[in-house]
Amino acid sequence: MISFSPTEEQQMIVSMVKQFASDEMRKIYRECDESGEIPDSVIDIAWKMGLISSNISENYGGFGGEHSAITGSLIAEELAWGDLSMTMHILCPALFSYPVLEMGTETQRKKYLPLVCDEKYKTVTAALIEPHFDFDPYSLLTTARPDGNEYVLNGEKCYVPLAAEADFLLVYAAENGSSQGFIIEKGTKGLEIGEREKNMGIKALATYELSLKNCRVSKENRLGGPKGCDFNRIINCSRVALSAMAVGVAKAAFEYSRDYAKERVAFGEPIASRQAIAFMLAEMAIEIDATRLMTWEAAWKLDRKEEATKEASLVKAYADDMAIMVTDRAVQILGGHGYVREHPVELWLRNGRGFVTFDGMAIV
Amino acid sequence: MIDFELTSEQQEGIKAAHESAKELFRPVSRYYDEHEHESPQELIDKMWERRGEGIFSMGLDVTSALRIEELCWGDAGLYLCIPGPALGGAAVFSSGTKEQLGRFLGGFNEGGPKWGAMAMTEPHAGSDTAAISATAVRDGDEWVLNGEKIFVTMGKRALENSDGFVVVWATVDKSAGRAGIKSFVVPAGTPGMRVEKLEKKLGIRASDTATIVFDNCRIPFDNILGSPEVKKTETRGFRGAMATFDATRPIIAAQAIGVGRAALDFVKETLESKGIKIRYGAPRQKLTALERDIMEMEANYKAAKLLTLRALWMMSQAQPNSLESSMAKTKAGLAVTKITQKAVEIMGPLGYSQKHLLEKWMRDGKINDIFEGTGQINMLVTARRVLNYSRDQLK
Repeated sequence: MISFSPTEEQQMIVSMVKQFASDEMRKIYRECDESGEIPDSVIDIAWKMGLISSNISENYGGFGGEHSAITGSLIAEELAWGDLSMTMHILCPALFSYPVLEMGTETQRKKYLPLVCDEKYKTVTAALIEPHFDFDPYSLLTTARPDGNEYVLNGEKCYVPLAAEADFLLVYAAENGSSQGFIIEKGTKGLEIGEREKNMGIKALATYELSLKNCRVSKENRLGGPKGCDFNRIINCSRVALSAMAVGVAKAAFEYSRDYAKERVAFGEPIASRQAIAFMLAEMAIEIDATRLMTWEAAWKLDRKEEATKEASLVKAYADDMAIMVTDRAVQILGGHGYVREHPVELWLRNGRGFVTFDGMAIV
Repeated sequence: MIDFELTSEQQEGIKAAHESAKELFRPVSRYYDEHEHESPQELIDKMWERRGEGIFSMGLDVTSALRIEELCWGDAGLYLCIPGPALGGAAVFSSGTKEQLGRFLGGFNEGGPKWGAMAMTEPHAGSDTAAISATAVRDGDEWVLNGEKIFVTMGKRALENSDGFVVVWATVDKSAGRAGIKSFVVPAGTPGMRVEKLEKKLGIRASDTATIVFDNCRIPFDNILGSPEVKKTETRGFRGAMATFDATRPIIAAQAIGVGRAALDFVKETLESKGIKIRYGAPRQKLTALERDIMEMEANYKAAKLLTLRALWMMSQAQPNSLESSMAKTKAGLAVTKITQKAVEIMGPLGYSQKHLLEKWMRDGKINDIFEGTGQINMLVTARRVLNYSRDQLK
């Protein structure tokens, strides 16, 4: 039956994450953006919430909760409201562990899932995006060629979060034209991690280019073994996660510009009392809510293990546009003050513009 | 639990409504567009016969909204012709006493088809409902109504073609401003009330849009909805009108969604018949302009629908939904306008031609951006709510 109310358990998780976002992330996000660094202490606090391990069965060392895309979306929104760079850092291990949890062989699950159930944050990541403008996750230029008991990988990746410190990377490559995942251990010959990237936004998140030059991995390292993975589902889970994060970033920008508009006086009145400003805010609120509801619907389909490509890609495209519309207007409402780095809205605009590019950088 | 699964009752309701839309509405859709003010009697009788099936009920809930979407997918003008208490009923429902509910709505299902209507707009007071100048003066056990109301949807059928009623908004004390505005139920056949004119419209031509004149029209004292007292500090009567809107706006949004989906389905079916498939998963930079358009239209349809269902769900949970209702109405009005206009553009000569219904849907859909509060008024209500501003703080 149609309902828009999260479960009690979800509400508890949401309020815990919200608290963290406002107590921890919101205190340091500007510094992190300027310095490009996120203090380990914050990551540790976040890790203690068990946002990833709580989805993993006790057999693999987790807390044994149910892995749910709806819960994941609720968490992603709250975290992204705090800060997008930190959110992507905190949830980075999920890029590796959720596909393994859902699609890995039993051997892979036993080997890799306990890593992310450790008390300390463990860096594992995934590499999907490739450095060309017409990048298409369904026709990757990175290739995986079977050769005896091994696969030989060749190609270039970029926007790989935390690649330099990751112990294991899940690298997506085209195998006979279909996108498949391959687990590569740090230090494997032929895996070369490049320089840290400099991007317009998500500056506090360390992302890297990497190249694969005849990089050989065992056939056992193919995600899902001989069966392979359901790549489409992985992409849909990513679309939903990013849509939820877009809602979080947009909500932050909306709230800030709304409060500013009520404070800022021009011509003897708060600027919010003029329709030119008030209508912008109303539309921002409507589009944020609409995107959230569409995200939930797509997540709900994923939780039912139904084909969700249509819902997930519709909401992702909608969220991309919504995020840029809302964050741009937030800057506009603050005017000159929105352009200076004393206020956070310019940061949110830079981060908001990125969603269209971030395929595969987050997952529920 | 967040859930989007329809109950079996909802699924059946949708199915039944869709069949009616397909079999009863669509075949006569063009005819009643071209023969404005002619009554679709056969359809009215059939829908009246089926009133027990729930199609008839103008419920203000998720299930009704889902049915209304289907019926308006068939034809939005003909949907408005379905007998029922409609907006008049919603007003009685949201501010009437139990006794009034029984008196005005109790026997509605019996006898021949009947309609309820709502009369608020005046020639010089549209969105500014507080400026209405129709008067209600107490005279002993009666109210005497005077004034002119325009744009009364289904006014003629409610008052001339059936034993229906109209809910009229009038001021009992002009000096009291909004506090003086009250609503009154006027049954069909009351002396001093006459239907004067039917509008010729851009769309929804099957539905009548009437001007009603009140000339010393007398009604019993207890036909007032809510309290007759005027307290300057209290604007309860006016708030009654606004509470009605909280309930009815998502219903109008559901109508919009139905028209939007009709256009969307037509475009998608036409493309499919030509072997053109929409590649939903493809990266944005590889999509054609056409695919982008269709995806944007679909997303807007979904956005409007989910906002609408949420507003109604909140009402069923007894949560205040004034903000969410206005959001849904604003979005749905914009979405149906955008979707239908884009559909006409995409379909080129097929879109503009009256051989097909698409051009009609564009004309029909536009009303949803206007009645029950224009898009701008709903945007204003939304803005006031998100800013927590009064009407004096945000004009």
